[in-house]
Amino acid sequence: MLKTIADLEALRQATQKRMEENRAAEPIILIGMGTCGIAAGASEVAQAARQDVEKRGLRAQIVGVGCIGMCVKEPLMDIWLPGRPRITYANVKPEMVPQLIEEHLVNGRVVKKLALAQMLFPGVHPEEGLPTYPELPFYKKQLRIAMRNCGMIDPENILDYIAVDGYQALAKALGGMQPDQVIEEMKTSGLRGRGGAGFPTGLKWEFCRRAQGEPKYVICNADEGDPGAFMDRSILEGDPHSVIEGMAIAAYAIGARQGYIYCRAEYPLAIKRLRKAIHQAYEYGLLGENILGSDFSFDLYLKEGAGAFVCGEETALIASIEGRRGEPRPRPPFPVVSGLWNKPSNVNNVKSYGLTPQIILRGADWFRTIGTPNSPGTAVFALTGKIKNTGLIEVPMGITLREIIYDIGGGIAKKKKFKAVQTGGPLGGCLPESALDTPVDFDSLTQAGATMGSGGMIVVDQDTCMVEFALYFLTFASAESCGKCVPCRIGGQRLLETLTRIVEGQGQMEDLETIEYISTQMQQASLCALGQLTPGPVMAALRFFRDEFEMHVKERFCPAGVCKGMFQYEIDEVSCPGCGLCLKVCPSDAISGEKKKPHVIHQEKCIQCGACYEVCNLGAIHISPRMASVVAMEAVAE
Amino acid sequence: MVNTATVDLAPLDEILKEFNGEKGAVIPILQRVQDAYGYLPKEVLSAISKRTGIPLSRLYGVATFYAQFHLTRRGCHLIKICDGTACHVRGATKLVKSLEEALQLSPGGSDPDYKYSLEIVYCLGSCGLAPIVVVDDQVYGQTNPESLIERLEKLE
Repeated sequence: MLKTIADLEALRQATQKRMEENRAAEPIILIGMGTCGIAAGASEVAQAARQDVEKRGLRAQIVGVGCIGMCVKEPLMDIWLPGRPRITYANVKPEMVPQLIEEHLVNGRVVKKLALAQMLFPGVHPEEGLPTYPELPFYKKQLRIAMRNCGMIDPENILDYIAVDGYQALAKALGGMQPDQVIEEMKTSGLRGRGGAGFPTGLKWEFCRRAQGEPKYVICNADEGDPGAFMDRSILEGDPHSVIEGMAIAAYAIGARQGYIYCRAEYPLAIKRLRKAIHQAYEYGLLGENILGSDFSFDLYLKEGAGAFVCGEETALIASIEGRRGEPRPRPPFPVVSGLWNKPSNVNNVKSYGLTPQIILRGADWFRTIGTPNSPGTAVFALTGKIKNTGLIEVPMGITLREIIYDIGGGIAKKKKFKAVQTGGPLGGCLPESALDTPVDFDSLTQAGATMGSGGMIVVDQDTCMVEFALYFLTFASAESCGKCVPCRIGGQRLLETLTRIVEGQGQMEDLETIEYISTQMQQASLCALGQLTPGPVMAALRFFRDEFEMHVKERFCPAGVCKGMFQYEIDEVSCPGCGLCLKVCPSDAISGEKKKPHVIHQEKCIQCGACYEVCNLGAIHISPRMASVVAMEAVAE
Repeated sequence: MVNTATVDLAPLDEILKEFNGEKGAVIPILQRVQDAYGYLPKEVLSAISKRTGIPLSRLYGVATFYAQFHLTRRGCHLIKICDGTACHVRGATKLVKSLEEALQLSPGGSDPDYKYSLEIVYCLGSCGLAPIVVVDDQVYGQTNPESLIERLEKLE
């Protein structure tokens, strides 16, 4: 139990010293155990490592850490020998573990052909012929602040966090800053809400502090519901104490003594680690009564969601914490004035709280040196889709989309062509190639026609139909409409019907005007951000890819080869060597041809499943408009 | 009317004791009840309402709002059969029929022992491996009735 700030400092020094001694005494094996790592097989790798170490009677610590962000390389296992660089092995399978332990841990020889990179430390000689982390293209342009500890510390051990200056910012605030000074520092830092709306965090805290009413609450929005987004999950799983510390600082600044973390139920590992972290923070006296000997007391509760996307909206989230249906209500009054149980409540995103300790500790001026003047700091993105290096990245604001996609992401996979990038998830928008030099910050992205969102970034290539892509997001968003307000409930449904007509080849040119009309109405009249932003993806797609919509309507042709019945596959006689691969995978026997002679697709049998198109490595199969004769034949049959 | 005597309310009493009138506890109570009973039986919802004074309509409102809650009993294992075009021509219908015959399991329902629930889905994007069946999030390709039933019977 830490009773004073000096106690915390003593514990930090003692822990650092002990950890240094441990590192000097015995090897450490670190395994990335985020949800993503576990899905890729990290538990089996950890099991194999434990068994092998035991079998050989070796002395080694095996530590599970959070996600370092390289999803495509999971499972990751690091071996760190005393006095040597920490070496990362990628795509580790359980059967590889004994060899790695034998060679590296026992014989001290790095298995270079399986190693990905090395992490250097002061006074340690680098391993030759192996890139360091900052030299990897994936990390070169990254700057990790919110995720600085993910993959570096054991998230289930508070001492690991304390050793890397954890809770020092809270001690600094409690020990020498008035609440108003904390708010001033946050305002000066220019931090904007990382949930997506980008409202200045310090200003929100000030409004909440000045609001009438007691008690006040701080709430962490960890209801990360966008498909293809997992930034918050990774931070909660990899560094839960940074969020707890940020919330405690916010509570001190605002004058709250109770807080809630609202985490979606679909994140069981994040919930487990948060629960453990909260428990440990109480044990050490970093939550509870008179924290570090000050007058400040703070209790923190964890609330699990129950599966409703709309609960990411702050007023719906508050309704859900109160045990009601998660339906939003009109604002104002904003939650800072009247929130949980009608009391002033400050709601921030996981990343906003996660960044707070660093801002307090290193100062607003330091934070302002990163990013752009209007969007200081870093942004965290979950980079997914048809890209080579999928993963979780943190970059300074102001970097361009092109740098993210090509330098960090490694470009488009399988030699395909870039088509669009969707930011902001199902409530965001897509941008075409011409917008790739847009700097990534709140204002530039909005100006370009997309949104910053909370950090989903999905890259699509030539094989994605933009109409169908918009329909996918619309289906998701309209199914998640809570139904309370008419524009969102009915508007979403009508939009869905209109777009469905187009992808089924029944669209009319008036439908495009209908889409624009309904979208505008929804944006202006819906109660909450869900309804206002549901038309975003289709509006952006229509703005940048109108020709593709028109082709669907006028020519009944889907150039990406996605919408069933609106294209056909054809084999190019010149480039087909007759290898027979396509013939083998065809589920409906629609392909014929002799070996080593060009094959033919029989359109009347083809079900357009795309199996042949996927399997052909030579690009001999093309997508073209359907032959009029086949269309006419079908019409007769019907 | 369902006979209340058929449902054991002892687990519910335990759960309610734990929350003991805590403000805003409706969702955690329902989560715990669903963990204990596998779904939210009508009789248990009525009992919660009687014991806590929360109107049944409000409990029903919350239970039907969130995707996590189920009002009907579900089997231990969830089976999804793809009936997209490629799977359809490769015999998805046969798979469905075989489950009906062998396990008395029909689409959207559960078998009499509540070991399995069955859902029909449309195109999982793995047409080359048609027909596709997903059992508890594990994807199986090129399935036939015999191998599917054999696999299902092996489940605990």
